[in-house]
Amino acid sequence: MSILTVSGSPHVHGHQNVKSIMYGVVVAMIPAIFVSVYFFGLDAARVIFISVAACLFFEWIIQKYLLKGPLTINDGSALVTGVLLAFNVPSNLPAWMIVAGALVSIGIAKMSFGGLGKNPFNPALIGRVFLLISFPVQMTSWPVPKALFAPGVTDAITGPTTLGILKEGISAGKTVQELMGSAGFPGYMNDLVGAQGGSLGEISAIALLLGAAYMFFRRIITWHIPAAYIGSAFVFSGILWLVNPAIYIDPVMHMLAGGMILGVFYMATDMVSSPMSPRGQLVFGVGAGLLTILIRVWGAYPEGVSFAILIMNAFTPLINKAFKPRRFGEALPVKKG
Amino acid sequence: MKTFKLGGVHPEENKLSAGAAIEILPLPEKVFIPVSQSLGAPSKLIVEKGAVVKTGQLIAKGEAFISANVHSSVSGKVSRIEEVTDTSGYRRTAVVIDVEGDEWDEQIDCSKEVKAEITHSREEIVRKISEMGVVGLGGATFPSHVKLMVPEGKKAENLLINGVECEPYLTSDHRLMLERSREMLIGIQILMKGLDVKKAYIGIEKNKPDAIDHLEKLVAEYPGIEVVPLKVKYPQGGEKQLIKAITGREVPSGKLPIEVGCVVNNVGTALAVYEAVQKNKPLVERVVTVTGKSLEKPSNLLVRIGTPVSKLIEFAGGLPADTGKVINGGPMMGKALTSLEVPVVKGTSGLLIMPEKESRRMPVVNCIRCARCISVCPMGLEPVLLAQLSENQMFETAEKERILDCIECGSCHFTCPAGRPLLDYLRLGKNKVGIIIRNRGKK
Ligand code: SF4
Ligand code: SF4
Repeated sequence: MSILTVSGSPHVHGHQNVKSIMYGVVVAMIPAIFVSVYFFGLDAARVIFISVAACLFFEWIIQKYLLKGPLTINDGSALVTGVLLAFNVPSNLPAWMIVAGALVSIGIAKMSFGGLGKNPFNPALIGRVFLLISFPVQMTSWPVPKALFAPGVTDAITGPTTLGILKEGISAGKTVQELMGSAGFPGYMNDLVGAQGGSLGEISAIALLLGAAYMFFRRIITWHIPAAYIGSAFVFSGILWLVNPAIYIDPVMHMLAGGMILGVFYMATDMVSSPMSPRGQLVFGVGAGLLTILIRVWGAYPEGVSFAILIMNAFTPLINKAFKPRRFGEALPVKKG
Repeated sequence: MKTFKLGGVHPEENKLSAGAAIEILPLPEKVFIPVSQSLGAPSKLIVEKGAVVKTGQLIAKGEAFISANVHSSVSGKVSRIEEVTDTSGYRRTAVVIDVEGDEWDEQIDCSKEVKAEITHSREEIVRKISEMGVVGLGGATFPSHVKLMVPEGKKAENLLINGVECEPYLTSDHRLMLERSREMLIGIQILMKGLDVKKAYIGIEKNKPDAIDHLEKLVAEYPGIEVVPLKVKYPQGGEKQLIKAITGREVPSGKLPIEVGCVVNNVGTALAVYEAVQKNKPLVERVVTVTGKSLEKPSNLLVRIGTPVSKLIEFAGGLPADTGKVINGGPMMGKALTSLEVPVVKGTSGLLIMPEKESRRMPVVNCIRCARCISVCPMGLEPVLLAQLSENQMFETAEKERILDCIECGSCHFTCPAGRPLLDYLRLGKNKVGIIIRNRGKK
């Protein structure tokens, strides 16, 4: 020993670092990746590969030539964005559109704000919404998988998602019961395992929940946002359904269909763009839940998860200011003797 | 099982020396006794170069209300009065004594006999504790007699004894609870009498089941004292966290424990109180844990104040070749030493020798706003925000966001996945806010 290292306390560190968190999220998405490949075949693998490669490439080139900072592509965050973006598009999306989406996600939504940690909005969602607005036709024609145990896509058939069928039907004057009983409607069970039309990653509630459980177990996410999100969406849609079950979808279907589970556990919980205090996270979750149902029921699109989360992302700085953590010694009346 | 609610972390415990009985470190040839070793005003030196002193003789007098006497820890001759670097890295005046024999002051009862009967009055207890230079041995070194003087209008109801030792690696309090239990319990009774309280609770984390068992058996003989097993969680040894864990009360921001009727003392302090009051023995020695993964013989040593830390390390098998850092205290709150010639002082609870490969901090990357620092902060603060405010010199806002509530436990930095040096910024901010507040007072 020659010279002693001197630094301020603490002198030990916990086990989590940015990489372990990001790769933890990737691991959590593996079941949903498998399900998407099972139902959509190699098309799904193609989309994921292109999206991930493009995200990594844009992160690398922007960091190296524009920001001139230390390389960040192996911190895992661009990988997460890549997979999430792929999860949010149909499996037959043309390659160049995927690349465009990746450019918007990484280039505009993330790197232009200064890279990981500085982005106010979830990058993958910005990419998805950009694609949805720019290419509405391609982004809403979904290859429909055959039923369970018959893997592969029904040849060249595209159709609407569960929510799409319902939304269109309801506005055409049909009742929810008629629509759900009609031929070709996926139903609860298929929605649960993934045999429904939709974006790559959103089709199987079970695979997504499995990954979410893993993230809880690894303490990558906390319960606050998901519980508040699902709770408020469930209650709000439940009230509507009780008022008139003919024109409002029941709350369980709301949970299983569309991007609800994917959004709640994988995108609303994005730590960078969601509030920091537990109270703030609850407010964020409740807001996102209400907005999702509001948009699904009365908005122009059958799906509302992406917009709802992005709107709440915009409120995050405000929520952070308004909802502070409970300070020690505050709010508890001092009880004496 | 009880614990505090808000925040907290679970660092690896690494209590390597938990099984090592307390050993007496042989006297060094020289001791370096800093004149100021406790919180509060500096003490006034009362010996000169050349003076011959006995063990336990007063060498510096604490004259202010918050200050403490300092005694010679050895017998011998004062060879120099000089500046030495203390464990915090500051230069301080110290008395250098060349050790000759070990002759104790006649007033001191050096026998091994345990004196259980408490004959002193409240006033005498407070006076003795002050005279014998007893300070908090948990690390804060607050003069103990001051804690016994309950301010006008306040009433102490509970005495809490801190046997938590939540810092990883450290085991000196654990050993004291096992080996000096009766004396410690009498010390607690003395403190109870001094405070005029009927109840005392000894908080011990359940990773020390032997100490819990042992004391639970003994306390039956000491009315009013109760052992409270606590769930393991850092920083439970923090005063406010311990009060919360045991009584459920929260000390308000900027207030002292007496606000909620509590006084907290460390187990080592209770033993020092016993020795001061029953044995007339000043605080001249303490138990220090010397530990580390590469160290040959992690130990708990009874050491005279003023002994250079190099002597302790030598006794524990010498400095390992892969040493990167030597820490005064535990890994969460301890200070890294710049030199091994600094002396042990009243506040030295342990020496931790860290191997080179564990001595470096992890690389710092962008904050990912994960809020982990917030969820682990035991004071309910937003370390990420406070660090930002300090970095941007927005000290007034930092004050409003309660930066002064920070107890510097390090949980935030420990947890931050981005490796951000949050506590470094917080210390800077606290410092600046303190200066601003003092200047405000002057105007
Ligand atoms: S060091 Fe301060 S801010 Fe950080 S966790 Fe501890 S009390 Fe909170
Ligand atoms: S723990 Fe670190 S990365 Fe997470 S919010 Fe706090 S400072 Fe940022």
